[in-house]
Amino acid sequence: MAEYESVIGLEVHVQLKTRSKLFCGCPAEFGAEPNFNTCPVCLGLPGSLPVLNEQAFLYGIQIALALNCRVAERLKFDRKNYFYPDLPKAYQISQYDQPLSCGGHLLVDMKEGQRKIGITRAHMEEDAGKLLHEGRTGSVIDYNRAGVPLMEIVSEPDIRTPEEAYAYLTALKAILQYIGVSDCDMEKGSLRCDANVSIRLRGETKLGTKVEIKNLNSFNAVKRALQYEIARQTDAAVKGEAIYQETRLWNDEKEMTLTMRSKEEAHDYRYFPEPDLVPFTVSSDLVEDLREDLPELPAVRKERFVKDFGLSEYDASVLIQDKALGNFFEECVTAGAPPKRASNLIQSELLGMIYERGETFHTMKTTAVAVADLIRLVENGTVSGRGAKDVLAGMLETGNPAEDIVREKGLAQVSDESVIAEAAKKVIAANPKPVEDYKNGKEKSFAFLVGQMMRETKGKANPALANKVLRELLGKL
Amino acid sequence: MPFAKATLKELREEIKKDRSAIRSACQALGERIGKKDSGIRAYISFDASRLEADIERLVREKNPAITEKPLFGIPVSLKDNLCTRGWETTCASRILKGYIPPYDATVVERLRANGAIIFGKCNMDEFAFGSSTESSCYGPTANPWDLSRVPGGSSGGSAACVAADEAIAALGSDTGGSIRQPASLCGVVGVKPTYGRVSRYGLIAFGSSLDQIGPLTKTVEDAAILTNVIAGHDPKDSTSANASVPDFTQACRPDVKGLRIGLPREYFVPGLDKEVETAVKKAAEKLASMGAIVTEISLPHTEYAVAVYYIVAVAEASSNLGRFDGVQYGYRYPANHLSDMYFETRDRGFGGEAKRRILLGTFVLSAGYYDAYYLQGQKVRTLIKRDFDHAFRQVDVILTPVSPTPAFKIGERTEDPLAMYLSDIFTIPMNLAGIPAISVPCGFSKENLPIGVQFAAKHFDEETMFRAAYAFEQSTDFHKKKAGV
Repeated sequence: MAEYESVIGLEVHVQLKTRSKLFCGCPAEFGAEPNFNTCPVCLGLPGSLPVLNEQAFLYGIQIALALNCRVAERLKFDRKNYFYPDLPKAYQISQYDQPLSCGGHLLVDMKEGQRKIGITRAHMEEDAGKLLHEGRTGSVIDYNRAGVPLMEIVSEPDIRTPEEAYAYLTALKAILQYIGVSDCDMEKGSLRCDANVSIRLRGETKLGTKVEIKNLNSFNAVKRALQYEIARQTDAAVKGEAIYQETRLWNDEKEMTLTMRSKEEAHDYRYFPEPDLVPFTVSSDLVEDLREDLPELPAVRKERFVKDFGLSEYDASVLIQDKALGNFFEECVTAGAPPKRASNLIQSELLGMIYERGETFHTMKTTAVAVADLIRLVENGTVSGRGAKDVLAGMLETGNPAEDIVREKGLAQVSDESVIAEAAKKVIAANPKPVEDYKNGKEKSFAFLVGQMMRETKGKANPALANKVLRELLGKL
Repeated sequence: MPFAKATLKELREEIKKDRSAIRSACQALGERIGKKDSGIRAYISFDASRLEADIERLVREKNPAITEKPLFGIPVSLKDNLCTRGWETTCASRILKGYIPPYDATVVERLRANGAIIFGKCNMDEFAFGSSTESSCYGPTANPWDLSRVPGGSSGGSAACVAADEAIAALGSDTGGSIRQPASLCGVVGVKPTYGRVSRYGLIAFGSSLDQIGPLTKTVEDAAILTNVIAGHDPKDSTSANASVPDFTQACRPDVKGLRIGLPREYFVPGLDKEVETAVKKAAEKLASMGAIVTEISLPHTEYAVAVYYIVAVAEASSNLGRFDGVQYGYRYPANHLSDMYFETRDRGFGGEAKRRILLGTFVLSAGYYDAYYLQGQKVRTLIKRDFDHAFRQVDVILTPVSPTPAFKIGERTEDPLAMYLSDIFTIPMNLAGIPAISVPCGFSKENLPIGVQFAAKHFDEETMFRAAYAFEQSTDFHKKKAGV
């Protein structure tokens, strides 16, 4: 059977974290009373005019630079005309033939190795309002979001699998969070993604008929929708059925895509230059200043974690995905924790606990320095690895230092040799058969006996010491 | 003092002498309107309670910082496309009936801050689409010189109320001649400042790259006084220029010695009414006799101006008028489906000329036609601008007719849009180039209809424009003659 490959391109909209909207002074915050953050400009009242938010423009350039794009020499806006009740002026101020930036790329780490995904363009535009359908009584509109600054980031059709799409989005989100220009919160709509996908026979260089998928509400939805759509298209191709150029909506509950509109129903947006905003030259000095001011980006940080801290590629890539996580790890190391131990504790215990508690690195009660203290207690044998987990849970619960938790909960490791010897004698006396087996060379029995010792000491025995003492006593038998 | 007849400057002197002149002037205008406006229909709306409150407040005002303001106590009328907070603003369109803006246009703020009283809102062509004020949903305005004729447009109400002494002064807007042409047809002064000189914030947009607000007054000096107040940078309008504003009244001096005046040969062509041509040429001769150097010049791309204008202006208009969709404000046809609401609201809300322009504009921006029309139009627009740049290396002022004919009959051109569009053939190029221009009375036809002459100057050189216009006006009596209404 012929083998098909998929060709995927993603269009991502990110809301910029400016205080005010793109063309007026209204707050761009999320969650205000409906229509509270509005004025004649963002409501598109007759006679009102837009004035560009400088901060949004600067954020736009930072994004362009972080994505290795060329920044345009001239900033020009266009009108995209269409009718919809959430669009107060019946046009969106966007950029058409001269985007703020183009020709960039993004590196994505896959198991099979690194992939370079091209960025076609990244341009600025304003967001629309939110239409809420209230059943039979009609629909209502909240214009708080209307005019909030967006960057639309369009990838080249370089993505080949749903997993790559997921990794691309993860990497993009990390970059945007690192430069601090967006919250990238899909639930709040500050990051939105549409996917274009087509299939072709492997080895073919021409692109197949592309289908656009909308209504993707999480990175996971992007992955699953692409999986579904690729299967659907492949199935059609195998059966010799036509694939139509169209826009389809992902239905998360039904786990399938459904036709929204065909190519014939597509809008003619009648783009033309926005006469209310005078194009201006983008100063190359400004661009260079912003380039110098860019913070360390995730890819560079990952390399540093591998090189400076001796972490594996995998561990480093997990730690850098979230800026706050990476910072937390680095603070731990700065506070004296050995990097690998810090990485292990954070990845195997802390992340899961934070997630379960529904907290973040910003809201949680403990600090990196406190976690470094805990790691020190493990290092010097005060707390066992097993005990550290309980101490950490206590720290997250109360915010108290590790020492206090250890004391309060009696989680200190027992390193008193006489106490351990006492326990070892009890275990030997109570388990004659395994002892006998051990003597006959069955190493597995030793592990069983150590386990019994832990049980006897309620898990507090210093494992290294327990091993040593038990072997000595068994040897003397 | 016959207050209704007063110029802005005269009324200002009266108010300085006696504060009660504020009330007397407003009452006199009110009486005049009561007697005459049923025939002229220059006004759309008044706000009597607000007017009374403003008069009360200003008559009692003691703060010299306010009483010294250049427009203290002066009633000014506004074209109904300028937003007034709490006061219905309709653009003479059914689709905006009942719309009450929550904010004042920047020019309105500036008028008020300078002591002016907003007197009334004037009739206009619907959304400023027209040259006769016949496309208003309130019905046509009549020309005070002959009630069977149009006052010109689209600022016909603003021109007619000043000409009929129903206003001391008014503001209009000019996208392709909408201040100058009605000023010419009504025998008053009308100024279109440089694009960017006056903030457009709060002017309901027609052609955003062409629109400019300006005064319609009884004299050139009055126009300079009003321009002083409304001009200047506005952070709310990105297209408003950050250029200093000189005192334009200082430019009003009766001296044109050595002033180089150019007459573009492309403006004196067949189709130009003989009486208009004679009056305009006499104006040039008059200025030459006063010491100006008059020469013939060429603006070679003039013949394309109307075509370019009807691409660029309608393209922008079609986009600007998209927001009148029945969703947020104005007229809404109650329908069960969204598309029905859009179609019915816009079908019933817009008049014929508005629909024609929306369709034209939508067409020229459509995929596959954009390059041939809009893009090509912008290129030719650049050529027209260059014509002026080139001409202004040779001359300081360009002198032309304003309208090819004096006022025409109501109904005469409504069935022939092309003939109507050609009414603006001599005023459109200045909007395309963005340069300032003024219309000043320069004579009368045999039928006693006013004729205007246009002076255009370089970008931001309103001073030279005012100087030429003032010197000419002061050497003639045309502006003193009153409409026979």
